[in-house]
Amino acid sequence: MRDSKSTRLVFGAGSVVLALALTTAIIALTGNDPIAAYRNIAQGAAGSPNVAANVVVSWVPLLLVVSGVLFTFTVGLWNIGIEGQITLGAIFATWAMRLLQDSAMAPGWVIAASIAAGILGGVLWALLAGALKTFGGVNEIFGGLGLNFVATALNLWLIFGPWKRPGVASMSGTLPFAERLWMPTVSPQSRLAPVPLGLALAAIAIAFTLLKGTYFGLRLKAVGRNPTSAYRLGIPTWQHMMLSFALCGAFAGVAGAVQVTSVYHRLIPSISSGYGYTGLMVAMLVNFSPAAAAPVALFFAALNVGAIQLPIVLKLDSSLAGVIQGFLVLFVLVGNGIRTRLLARRKGAL
Amino acid sequence: MNIELRGISKRFGAVLANDAISLAVPPATIQGILGENGAGKSTLMKVFSGFIQPDSGQILFDGEPIHIASPADAIRLGIGMLHQDPLDFPPFQVIDDFLLGRPGGLIPDRKRALREFRELSARFDFSLSPEARVASLTVGERQQLEILRLLWLGAKVLILDEPTTGISQAQKEKLFAALRRLAAEGMTVFFVSHKLEDVRSLCGRAAVLRQGALVGAMEAPFDDERLVRMMFGKEVPLAEKTRPAPGKKVLTIKTGAIDSLRLRVKDVNLEVRAGETIGIAGMEGSGQDLFLRACGGLVEPAGGQFCLDEDERPMNGSTYHDYMRSGVTYLPAARLEKGLVPGLSLSEHYALAGKPRGVFIDRAEAQARSADLIASYNIKGRPDSAVESLSGGNQQRALLSLLPSASSLILVEHPTRGLDIESTIYIWGKLKERCAAGTAILFISSDLDEILQYSDKVLVFFAGKVSPLIDTESLNVQKLGELIGGIGWETLKEAARA
Repeated sequence: MRDSKSTRLVFGAGSVVLALALTTAIIALTGNDPIAAYRNIAQGAAGSPNVAANVVVSWVPLLLVVSGVLFTFTVGLWNIGIEGQITLGAIFATWAMRLLQDSAMAPGWVIAASIAAGILGGVLWALLAGALKTFGGVNEIFGGLGLNFVATALNLWLIFGPWKRPGVASMSGTLPFAERLWMPTVSPQSRLAPVPLGLALAAIAIAFTLLKGTYFGLRLKAVGRNPTSAYRLGIPTWQHMMLSFALCGAFAGVAGAVQVTSVYHRLIPSISSGYGYTGLMVAMLVNFSPAAAAPVALFFAALNVGAIQLPIVLKLDSSLAGVIQGFLVLFVLVGNGIRTRLLARRKGAL
Repeated sequence: MNIELRGISKRFGAVLANDAISLAVPPATIQGILGENGAGKSTLMKVFSGFIQPDSGQILFDGEPIHIASPADAIRLGIGMLHQDPLDFPPFQVIDDFLLGRPGGLIPDRKRALREFRELSARFDFSLSPEARVASLTVGERQQLEILRLLWLGAKVLILDEPTTGISQAQKEKLFAALRRLAAEGMTVFFVSHKLEDVRSLCGRAAVLRQGALVGAMEAPFDDERLVRMMFGKEVPLAEKTRPAPGKKVLTIKTGAIDSLRLRVKDVNLEVRAGETIGIAGMEGSGQDLFLRACGGLVEPAGGQFCLDEDERPMNGSTYHDYMRSGVTYLPAARLEKGLVPGLSLSEHYALAGKPRGVFIDRAEAQARSADLIASYNIKGRPDSAVESLSGGNQQRALLSLLPSASSLILVEHPTRGLDIESTIYIWGKLKERCAAGTAILFISSDLDEILQYSDKVLVFFAGKVSPLIDTESLNVQKLGELIGGIGWETLKEAARA
C-alpha cells in the first residue's frame, strides 16, 4: 500500500459507507424504513428554500466554532471549554443588549456593540481555561469541562434570577428584545441574516489564512507538535497557547452573540445548542484542515436541520443526525488509524 | 550453540538494508558487528530478534533452521535483545520491571523473583536496588536491569545494540566484565557498535557491514586500519588540533550553585572566553547537565552570579529566550525531543528560526534559504523533508544549520552521540569554524576521546563537585578517567592553588 491521495480517498469513502451502513442497520432494527428516513432528512434539509435557509442559519455558529477550535487544535490543545465560551458570548451579548436597548443609539450600533461584548465574553472564558492550564497546571480538558458547567449554571441563574421575565421566570428564556434590535434578515419571513453569514465566512477565511500562510500559524503548529523544541527555537510557548485560546474564544463569543441577536432574540437556557461539541467533531473529521472545514460543517448543519422533521413524520428521534455524525467521525478516525498502521508496517517500523 | 545467519535480505522501499548477509558464529563468542550509521546493523539484529521479518534468508541454531515470528518467539528460543534505549517501564519498580514478560502464572511469585534477582545481580556485581523506580536509574543501570531480566528469561544469545552510548566508563567496564563472563560460560553475545575501540577491547571476532552488505570479517587481534577501511571504504583522518587565541569574556560564573532534588552543585567559578572550547567530563548524573542548562537559563541557578559578555552583565533569573537574545544557543542531545519539531519540514524549521520580517511566510525565500543551508551543511534531505525522516547525523547537521549566524556561546550536550566517525568529524569541523569566528563552545560528553581531542580546557564534575579549568595538554584518557571516578582531586586542588 502506498501513502497516496487515492488510498486516502479509498479509506475515506470506506469510512463513510460503513457509517451509513451501520446507521441504516440501526434504523431497520427499529422497524423503520431507512430509505424513507434518509429521504425525509434530505427533504428536511433541502426540500424548500425555507429549510435550506435554516441550514445556513445553523451553519453560521458551527462554522464560527470550527474556525476557533482549528487554532486550539493546531497548538495542541483540546478546547472542550468551547461550549462555555459560546454561552459566555451569549451572556455578554445579552448584557450589552439590555444595557443599550433603551438608549438612543441606532439599532445597528447596538447590535454591533452586543457582538463585541460577545467576543469579550468568549475571550475571557477561554483565557480563564488557558490561565488554569498555564499557571495552574490544570489540563485544559478538565478545566474546560468544569468551566462549561459553571457557564451553564451562570446562564440559568441569570435567566431565573436577575434577568427573569416580568412576572414568572421561564425555561423559554429572558424577555425577547424589541423587534427593531433584531439582526436584519434577507426578507421579513426568512431567518437568514447576511451579517452573521458574512462573519462566519470571514472567520473561516481568517483561520485559513493565519494557519496556512503566516509565521504565526507556523509557530502555532510548531508549539503543537513539540512545545519543548519550539521553545528552544525561540518561540514563546505559553503565550502562543494563550493567544490561540483567545482567538478561539473570540470566534465562540461571536457564535454565542449571533445566537442571541439573530436567532433567538433573547437568552435561553441551552443557548450553545451543542454547537461546541459538534464543532470539535467537524474539526476532527476534517483532520484539522481549514479548507475542508466549511463544506463538512455545512453537511453537519444539513443533517441537524434535516432531522428535525423525523419525529413528526416517521416517529424517529431527531438524534438520528447525531448518530450519523458520531459514526462518521469514529469510522474516519479508525480508518485513519488503520491506514497509518498499515503504512508503518510496510516501513518496518512496527 | 552454533548460530548461523544464511543469506538474510531485507528491503525497505528503495533501500536494500540487508543484502544476502551470511554469518556463522561459534559458541562462547563475543561477535562484534561493526558499521557506520545506516550500514544495516540494526536491521540485521531486528531480523534476528523477531522485530522484523526478512524478505529472504534463514537462521539456523546448530544447523537446524528456526523460525522467529515475533520478539516473544525470539525470547522463547533464547534470543534476548538489549536495545540502545532499553525497553523498560520508567514508572515501575525495578523488581516489577524484572518480573514483567515472565510467561505463565496469573499471580507472579515476587518472593522467588526477588531472591533470583539478588542472586543474579550479585553474580555480575551489579548494585541495583529492587525497590528503586526504573525512572531513577541511569542508562547504564537500566541496561544492567535489562540484561538480568533477559538472562532470567533464559536467554542463551544476547544482542546488544550500541550499548556503550551514554554510559560512564565505570559502567562500561562492568558491562564488559559481565559480557566476558557470559561468553566464558558458553553464551553467544552479539555486540553491535560503530566504536572501533569498544569492539577491539571486547570482541573475539568482528564482522563489518557497509551499505547493507557484509564487507569483511576478522578475528582478534584486529588491524585497526583495515577495519576503518572496511567500514568507510577509506581512511578518515582526524582534524589537526588548532588553538585559537582566547578573546573577550563571554560567560563568567562566580560561586555559582545549582540545586536539584538529588544533587547540589556549588562553588563553580568559571570564565569562558571567545573562541574557546571547553569540554565538560563526568559520570552521568554528576551535575554537569544541570550546570550546562543553567548556563543558558534553562535551569534557574540557586546562587552565585551568572554573567554574560565582557561587561559581566548579570543574567540570574533570565529565561532562555533572554540568553538567546544575547547570542547564547543550546543544542540538546535529544534532537527530536528537544531540538527539532517532528512533523515540520526543514524549510519550515528555517522559516521559524530565521528572524522573519512581515506576517506572511515568503515560501520562495524560505525554499531558497533551505536549499542554501542544506548544501552548505551537507544535509542528506530536501527542503520539504520532515525532520524525523532524517538520520541521526543529518538531524544533528540540521540543528547546527539552525544556529543563528552570530552566536557568542554555544552550549552542546553530547555533540556526536550516536553518530558515525564521518559525521563526528564533520560536526566538529563546523563547530570549530564557529570558534575561529569568535564563538565559545561549552560541551558535555561521555566520550573521553572526544573531550581530549576537541577541547582547549576541561571541566570535571564528580558528584556535584566541580574542578577548576584544566588545560587539556596536561591530561590523558587515564588521568581524565580517574578524575571522573573521583581519584586525584587533591593534587588538582594543590595545582590550582600553586
